[in-house]
Amino acid sequence: METPDQICHRLLARFPSAEISVLQNPGPAAQHSLLVGPASVREVAEFLRDDPLLRLDFCSNVTGVDWPDKVVVDVTKSTVPDPAGGPPKVTEQKTEHTQPGYLEVVYHLYSVALRHGPVIIRTRTANRTDAVTLPSLTPVWRAAEFQEREVFDLFGVVFSGHPDLRRILMWDGYKDHPMRRDYVEPEDYEWEPTPHGDLVDKSKRAHAPKPAGGPTP
Amino acid sequence: MSLTGDSPLFPSGGAHVRAVNDEFHGDLLEVSMGPHHPSTHGVFRMIVTLDGERIVKLKPVLGYLHRNHEKIGEGTSYLASMPYTDRLDYLNAMTNNWAYALSVERLGGLAVPERAEYLRIILAELSRLQNHVCLAGFLLQDTGASGTPLMYAFRERETILDLFESLSGSRMMCNYQRFGGCRVDASPEWLGQVSTLVDGFGAFLDEFEQLITGNEILMSRTQGIGVLKAADAVAAGITGPLLRAAGVGYDIRKVDGYGLYNRFNFRVPLGAHGDTYDRYMVRILEMRESITILQQALRDIPTGPIMDPKAKLRGFRPKPGESYGRIEGPKGEIGFYLISDGSANPYRYRVRPPSFVNLTVLEDLCLGHTIADSVVILGSIDIVLGEVDR
Amino acid sequence: MLGSGLLQGLAVTAKNFVGSFHDPKRLTTVEYPEKRTVLPEAYRNFPFLVSEKAEDPMGTLRCVACQICEKECPPQCIYIEKSKDKKPDATGKMQIYPAVFLIDSSVCMNCQICVEVCPFDAIKMDQVFEIATQERFHALLLDREQLAKPNSYFHSIRPSEAAEVDGRLAAERKVAEEKAKAAALAKAAAQAKPVAPKTEPAPGAASPKPQNPA
Repeated sequence: METPDQICHRLLARFPSAEISVLQNPGPAAQHSLLVGPASVREVAEFLRDDPLLRLDFCSNVTGVDWPDKVVVDVTKSTVPDPAGGPPKVTEQKTEHTQPGYLEVVYHLYSVALRHGPVIIRTRTANRTDAVTLPSLTPVWRAAEFQEREVFDLFGVVFSGHPDLRRILMWDGYKDHPMRRDYVEPEDYEWEPTPHGDLVDKSKRAHAPKPAGGPTP
Repeated sequence: MSLTGDSPLFPSGGAHVRAVNDEFHGDLLEVSMGPHHPSTHGVFRMIVTLDGERIVKLKPVLGYLHRNHEKIGEGTSYLASMPYTDRLDYLNAMTNNWAYALSVERLGGLAVPERAEYLRIILAELSRLQNHVCLAGFLLQDTGASGTPLMYAFRERETILDLFESLSGSRMMCNYQRFGGCRVDASPEWLGQVSTLVDGFGAFLDEFEQLITGNEILMSRTQGIGVLKAADAVAAGITGPLLRAAGVGYDIRKVDGYGLYNRFNFRVPLGAHGDTYDRYMVRILEMRESITILQQALRDIPTGPIMDPKAKLRGFRPKPGESYGRIEGPKGEIGFYLISDGSANPYRYRVRPPSFVNLTVLEDLCLGHTIADSVVILGSIDIVLGEVDR
Repeated sequence: MLGSGLLQGLAVTAKNFVGSFHDPKRLTTVEYPEKRTVLPEAYRNFPFLVSEKAEDPMGTLRCVACQICEKECPPQCIYIEKSKDKKPDATGKMQIYPAVFLIDSSVCMNCQICVEVCPFDAIKMDQVFEIATQERFHALLLDREQLAKPNSYFHSIRPSEAAEVDGRLAAERKVAEEKAKAAALAKAAAQAKPVAPKTEPAPGAASPKPQNPA
C-alpha cells in the first residue's frame, strides 16, 4: 500500500487547490495521517473510495477530538549594543497570545476489496464556538452515519449534508456536549450523597500536589 | 401525532411512510419497543411504525446505558482503564482487554512474548465460543423456543466461564490482559481442562445442531428474513459474522494477522444469502473453526515468560503519539483509538464498538417484515448494549 | 419427510430429559444454599488486609500506608490516613501504619489492581460474597477492623498463593538480616582497629578519646 506521502502527492496532483498535508505521528505506532481542509474533504473522500489503487471502501472509525485554546508564550531575544562600548545587552521579551482551539474529526479507512489500510484522514473546524460545521462523509461511507451523530452529540460538530443529524446517546433536549474538555456536569442531575463522594474528595486532597513554600497549617 | 415528519422524533421526514392514510387502509400504528423489553438484548428502544403487522419505519433509540466511558478513560490511567474495558461488551471481556492492550502496546512500543500471544489466542477463541453459543441460545429464545436450546447452550457456556474463573478470578469481568502480556500464567492443569472442553465441544455442537438446525419452524422463521447484500454491508461499515453472512470474506484475523494468527490454519465461513438463517449458521461454523484453532494452540503453546520485561505496571507514560488497534472480536471489529500527550492518562480514548456500527442497517433489514421478525433480526445482529452505548 | 427436523429435535430433548435422572452432566443445578459449588482458588471478590498474627490484628498489619493502592484504584474507593507515630510491626521494625483505612465495597469493582500494585503483600482479595447488609451505603463502607484478617485465613482460602507470598517474604527478610549482620560486622571491624591502651579518665574530665599512636 502507498505511504501517506505518496497518497498526499497524488491527491495534490488531482486537487491542486486543496489543503492537504501529512501529519507525522510521533511515537512507535507510526500511523501518520492526512490533514485535509474542510472545503476539500468530501471530494478527497470520494477519490480515496473510488481510486483503483486504494479502493478504501470501508470507513471503520470516526472519532472526534477536542483541542482547547492554548496560551502560547513567545520569547523574543533582542540584543542592544551598549552605547558605552561594553558587551551588548540581551533583553528577553515575553508576549502571550492565545492559539484558538478547534474540534477535530478523524476517520480511519480500510479497504475490504484490496485488504489494506489504515489510511487516516483528519479535518478540523475553525474554532470551538461558532464555526463548528464540517461536511459530512455519510454520503461517501454510510458507516459514518451513526458515528458522526455521536460526534455531533458529544462534541458539537455540525455535519452539513448528514441525512439525520440529531443526538444519539444523550436525550433530545440535552443542551451541552459531554465529551468536551471544559464540560461541567449540570447542577440539577439526580445525585444521592454517598460515603464514596466523601472518600473521593478526601483522597483527592491527600494526593493533590502540596503548595510550595510555607509551613502547612 | 403526525407521522409525516413534523414530530421531533422523525426530522428526516419519514421517507418510508405510506403516502395513503385513509379510512380504507387504516392508520399506521407506532409502537415503542423497549427500553424495558425481554428481547431487545439490553436497554434498547426501537420506535416501530406498523402498517398492520408490517414494518414501514424503524428508528433505534440508543443511549440508555451511556456511561461516558470515553471521558472516564481520559480521567484514569492506562492501567486503571483495563477493568473498565471488561464492561464494554460484557460478555467478551477477554477480547475487549486484548483490543485495548494491543492499542496501548502499539502506542508504547511494547513487545509481547510468544507464550502470552498463544494464551491470548486461546482465551479469545474460548470467548468466541461462549459468545456464539450465547447468541445461538438467545436467538432461538427470541423465535419462541422458550428456553430449551438456551439452557443447553448455557450449560456449555458455564464450563467456559468456569475456566475463565479459575484462571483470572472472575467469570466475566476478567481484567486479564496487561500491556506487554498477560497477568497470570496458565498452569498445565488449566490447559488440560481446556483440552477436555475442546475435545467435547464438537459433540455438543453436533447435538445442538441436531436439536435445532434442521427444525422446520426455525427455517421458516429465519430463511429469507432480513437479507443484507454484500455491497450494502461494506458501505455501512458492518463487520464480524454479520458481514461474513452477507458473503464478504473479511476477517481481521486473516487480514491484519495480529498476534500470531498467521501461524494457524483455519477457514472463514461465509454465507450465501445474507439472511438470518445464514447469520446463525455462520456462527455455528465459526464455532467449529474456533475448536480447530484451539486444538492447534494447545498443541503448540511454548513455555516461557508471559510479560514483556520492559513493561511497567505503574507509572506507564507512553510517548506522545496516537495509535489505532483493532481485533476481530466475536461481534465484529473492536478497536481502540488512543492519543497520548505523554502523561499518565490518555488525551483521547475512543472505543470503536462493533454493535453500534452494525445497528446502522437495522432499519433496512426490518422494513417490510413483520414485527415478530424484527425481534429475530435484532437477535441475529448480536448487540450488547454495554458496547453500543459505552 | 416434513417434520423430520422437529422429530430429531424432540429426540435430543428426550435424551436430555431421561439423562437428567442419572447423568450428572445433564443435570447441572446445584441446590444453593444447602449445597454449594466449590470455588476455584483464584476466585476474587472484595479485598481484605492481611495481618500476620490473629491475636493482634491491628498491630501486625502488613500495610504501611504507602497509599499506592489508593492512587491506582480505578473507582477510587480506598481512603487511607497515615499514622503520625511509628509502631513496631510483626518483625519488630518501626513502621508507619494506617490510622484510617476505608474501602467502600458498594463501589469496589473487584478488579484486583490494588493487590497487583501493593509492594508489601498487605492487601489481598477475599472470596466471601454473602455480604448483604440491611442498610444501603454506610454498612458497606468497611473500615480497618472489618477489613483485617489474619494470614492463617489467607492460607485457608488461597493456599498456593499464600505459601508463595510467605516464602518470598521470608527470603526477603533473610536477605535483609544477612545484610544487617554483614553491615554490623563491618562496623565492628572498623571500630576494633588496634589503638593505644586507653588511660583512666581523670575524675570530672570529658569522655576519653582513643589516643592514636603517634
